[in-house]
Amino acid sequence: MTFINYASKEINCKIVFYGPGLCGKTTNLQYIYNKTAPESKGKMISLATEADRTLFFDFLPLDLGSIRGFTTRFHLYTVPGQVFYDASRKLILKGVDGVVFVADSQDERMEANIESIRNLEQNLQEHGFDLATIPYALQFNKRDLANVTPVDVMYRTLNYKREPTFEAVATTGVGVFDTLKSVAKQILIELRKR
Amino acid sequence: MSADFVLYEEEFRQLQEALKRLRQEANAKAVFLIDKNGQQIASAGDVEQFDTTSLASLTAGNVAATDGLAKLIGEREFSVLFHEGQQDHIHISIVAKRAILVVIFDDRSSLGLVRLRVKRASVDLEKIFETMAQKNDKGAEGPAHASPFSEITDDDIDALFGE
Repeated sequence: MTFINYASKEINCKIVFYGPGLCGKTTNLQYIYNKTAPESKGKMISLATEADRTLFFDFLPLDLGSIRGFTTRFHLYTVPGQVFYDASRKLILKGVDGVVFVADSQDERMEANIESIRNLEQNLQEHGFDLATIPYALQFNKRDLANVTPVDVMYRTLNYKREPTFEAVATTGVGVFDTLKSVAKQILIELRKR
Repeated sequence: MSADFVLYEEEFRQLQEALKRLRQEANAKAVFLIDKNGQQIASAGDVEQFDTTSLASLTAGNVAATDGLAKLIGEREFSVLFHEGQQDHIHISIVAKRAILVVIFDDRSSLGLVRLRVKRASVDLEKIFETMAQKNDKGAEGPAHASPFSEITDDDIDALFGE
């Protein structure tokens, strides 16, 4: 749900990074945070366990500049990926405008990817959203590792609706901004339609 | 999909007036109104000393988690949350089902006073939200305010990303 403030001339949109545990959602946000100019970002908040696993969410406010006189602000969130945090995951999706699904490219994580997309589809439905229509981008992360599933196999298995799909190495930033831009663009195009 | 949340200048001013009044009457340090999705709507008082964006997002997370707890035990919602610190305290309440009212106060005020004033302010705020909802509905039929985004071009969007 985009928040349009005519008084302060701002548009606020919410993007959620979704995916199985340890796929690199937080790493995506950290890279974006590190590479964004100080005046364009707020504080990054991570609600994590002592072992540095996401407990509730990470949050990063980004200012992308202005469009037609309106400051365009994106609030990026990650969900906790571990299966048993489903109740928290559901909460984060509230009022979402666009979703990035971060898939782990390692062979042994393919099942977890499939399960997590199914979980995303269900949790979106509970908020009245449809994965088939919501702005959405897919990222194949960890392409630098040795034990990765070929891209075409991943595409056939995980691509939901021919959404824009990106190969990435979030630790070094490969594909990170391309993925973000893709979903942000879709959100703004959606805004134009209304 | 839920409709966009649109805030026009007139209601923004009214909300801010109501918050200012509440801050004065409750003798609070700062008062914030936050959307349930974590975006700040308006504020009053000594707000510069706070990271308001983080405050909004964490408060919304807090309320969402508490809502989840309420449903688990069969309650519709917990409409008030109170966090007591050594010096500063936070009173959080739900207004008009969709917004969160946050009052930060210290020992110059008291929980009783804050609760009393919040109750009264909530009535005013609810009225303003009603007007906003009506305006939003009308906007969907025939725009009194034409959306500035209907004419966004691909170039506008590309420019945003420095392409």
